[in-house]
Amino acid sequence: MCLGIPGELVEMPVDETDLALVSVAGVRRRVNVGLLTDEEDLAVGDWILIHVGFALAKIDEAEAQAALEMLHGLGPAYDQELADFTGSAVGREGL
Amino acid sequence: MRFVDEFRDADTARALAARIAALCEPGRRYAFMEVCGGHTHTIYKHGLEDHLPDAIRLVHGPGCPVCVLPMGRVDDAIAIAAQPDVIMTAFGDMMRVPGGDGSFFDAKAAGADIRMVYSPLDALKIARANPDRRVVFMAIGFETTAPSTAMTVLRAAREGIENFSIFCNHVTIIPAIKAILDSPDLRLDGFLGPGHVSTVIGCRPYEFIAARHGEPLVVAGFEPLDILQSVYQLMLQLAEGRCEVENQYSRVVPWDGNRRALEVIGEVMELRPYFEWRGLGFISHSAMQVREAYARYDAERLFAVPGVRVADPKACQCGEVLKGVLEPWQCKVFGTACTPETPIGTCMVSSEGACAAYYNFGRFSRERVRAGATGPTPLADPVMPR
Amino acid sequence: MTALDGEHAGGGTRSAGWAEDAVARHAGAEHLRSEEQVLERIERTRRRRPRVREDRITLAHGAGGKATHTLIEAVFLEAFRNPVLEALEDGAALDAGGARLAFTTDAFVVSPLFFPGGDIGDLAVNGTVNDLAMCGARPRHLSASFILEEGFPVADLQRIAASMARAAAAAGVEIVTGDTKVVRRGQADGCFVTTAGIGVRERPITLSAASARPGDAVIVSGPIGDHGITVMLARGELDIEADIVSDTAALHGVTADLLDAGGDGVRVLRDATRGGVATILNEIAGSSGVAVVVDEAAVPVRDEVVGASELLGIDPLYVACEGRLVAVVAPSRAGAVMAALHAHPLGAGAAVVGHVAEDPPGMVLLRTTFGGTRIVDLLVGDPLPRIC
Repeated sequence: MCLGIPGELVEMPVDETDLALVSVAGVRRRVNVGLLTDEEDLAVGDWILIHVGFALAKIDEAEAQAALEMLHGLGPAYDQELADFTGSAVGREGL
Repeated sequence: MRFVDEFRDADTARALAARIAALCEPGRRYAFMEVCGGHTHTIYKHGLEDHLPDAIRLVHGPGCPVCVLPMGRVDDAIAIAAQPDVIMTAFGDMMRVPGGDGSFFDAKAAGADIRMVYSPLDALKIARANPDRRVVFMAIGFETTAPSTAMTVLRAAREGIENFSIFCNHVTIIPAIKAILDSPDLRLDGFLGPGHVSTVIGCRPYEFIAARHGEPLVVAGFEPLDILQSVYQLMLQLAEGRCEVENQYSRVVPWDGNRRALEVIGEVMELRPYFEWRGLGFISHSAMQVREAYARYDAERLFAVPGVRVADPKACQCGEVLKGVLEPWQCKVFGTACTPETPIGTCMVSSEGACAAYYNFGRFSRERVRAGATGPTPLADPVMPR
Repeated sequence: MTALDGEHAGGGTRSAGWAEDAVARHAGAEHLRSEEQVLERIERTRRRRPRVREDRITLAHGAGGKATHTLIEAVFLEAFRNPVLEALEDGAALDAGGARLAFTTDAFVVSPLFFPGGDIGDLAVNGTVNDLAMCGARPRHLSASFILEEGFPVADLQRIAASMARAAAAAGVEIVTGDTKVVRRGQADGCFVTTAGIGVRERPITLSAASARPGDAVIVSGPIGDHGITVMLARGELDIEADIVSDTAALHGVTADLLDAGGDGVRVLRDATRGGVATILNEIAGSSGVAVVVDEAAVPVRDEVVGASELLGIDPLYVACEGRLVAVVAPSRAGAVMAALHAHPLGAGAAVVGHVAEDPPGMVLLRTTFGGTRIVDLLVGDPLPRIC
């Protein structure tokens, strides 16, 4: 229901309007970061999730990396399993 | 990392698809509901269903805030927009949604000043630039969007902007899921949880779904691998006999949500006793209204609106389609009275509604589309790196 | 869920007249029990003559999608019907006084009038030149009419005229006739330009959207969507900045090279303006009764167009270009055509994006980078920014 786009923080807010400059594939827009709490101490280079001109969350790069590693791990391991499985099946059924 | 293309890799998808297929019990069919319209969009945009075995069906739920908006509220908004000194502002999504007497586009053609905005802050900017006009923002959306509306009201208050107000139609997701779960003819095996709503509300509010209703739920991201992985996690839970709330989208969704966003909503808005959802009927405590303290920013208080409920025709069976009880083609008005050009019910309103998608694309079976799309492309050479 | 009656809604309950009417109109329709029957009925409905349902013109009628098609067929084709018009090509292919001519007309209402990479003036000249070039013709003469709003700055008009003169000189055409009207303030948006153009079809070929055949290659001449995104951002309402300029350009030169290389192996040429590449491909699929299969990974799109499209929730396939063409070419000539395109500055970014297939007819299919398939349908109106 809600379009949220990752963008990179390229300029911190300069006044109390909370408007930071964010880049999405080289396209820039001012985005309000007032919904992110202070303890998340934003810095240039951080990635945030943008929805209707507001940052809703800071993106956790470590979590993303871990998820991708898990996903990529599925491929080769499974191929191996599949190969083992068909190998044994072939052996059993003597095709 | 751009957090986008990394999650669109076809080889990883195929590996994941094989894992999912291997988890299917022979002869069993599975139905998972993606609650969120954004997920539906991803599923169509990337052709995700091609990676799913035939035994798994994705049911498109009620998570499109414009589709579930009752026609009477559209009429009320148009009545406000028709005032000569009013500029109505709205997201692009709203423009084609039908009311009892037509859409925002129709009202605009008839003379109303209705402008599309990207952000509620843009509506506030229009108010600043037009001090002699009353600028109303058509506020729609779930908990994802409500904090942005609330922040905009707070900013208007801080700047003392008096010619700005919101017509509040914000809805809350949990009561809608409850309504679906309470349906006696429910046939679902699990839920894909709405990732972006969850950035705000977190994952705890879903715990009752697993604990009390015995339905697993995986909070899912919006790239196609996110959704495929979430389906895999649901299948794994079923295979292992678990029933839990899991968070696939942990790079964005904190388990406890966004405290500041919840505070801001609570400052400006409160729950309505009840609100009507197209297709689901009246649901208690399922929407928000502006608090008394911010009454001067509440278009509902500032303007006399008709407030007339517009009933869907009795023949419309959107509720059953939304709950996955009926296939679109089984509805009594599908394809005759109800078409994408004249959508009678919510499932036909947005092109991603279950019925509109079926009307446009269903007439060619997945097999035929897949077969048509095979075959070599002569000289296919991606010249421009994307 | 609490089921409540209408009285809880405050102002009472009514029905939507249009919805009840629609239900009543179809009350006699049999409730079909099988999926096949329902699908057949949909097909029959789709083949019926289009009818404009709206009482008034909306912006969607000008967007190039379904609403535009319906309006053209139901109002204009119905009134003017003749074999040349029925082809609904970019321009009319005529035989007059022994000459093989191409004739076209176009109206320009772009806002803002001046945008990065161009203005309404060169856009008008290039657009008209391109419509002629897509008929396989050499553009020769243009007309230009101006509808000006009272109060419009003369300096702006001079700037537009100078830009048109430069574009015409570059394209080797002359603006030989014109007209000027002024309307009261508020009755136009500064300046509207209407053009007509005549070209000579020197080559013994006939290009038509109905000529695509299974196996043909589908080519676009460069990155898509630059113009549409540039203009959308130049309006300033979205507050989005990007280093991107309109792709407006006269395509007669690159088209001539393409036709020299492809000869009668070139079946269809269209410039991908309103409605973007997706709309053109749908027109080709519909007119030729074929499927068009597009490889998402092969479609050239600039990063900035991808970024802006993501932010706004729109699909670059539907975004307008003003200097890009779509060519459908016999497979045996595709290599030669690609070489010719790559040798020309306006075709440097050309790519084979897909091919023509037999089934399902009338459909555009996209093979996604994710390894799935989806149908690329016509939009009803403009692609709208969305939040969900």
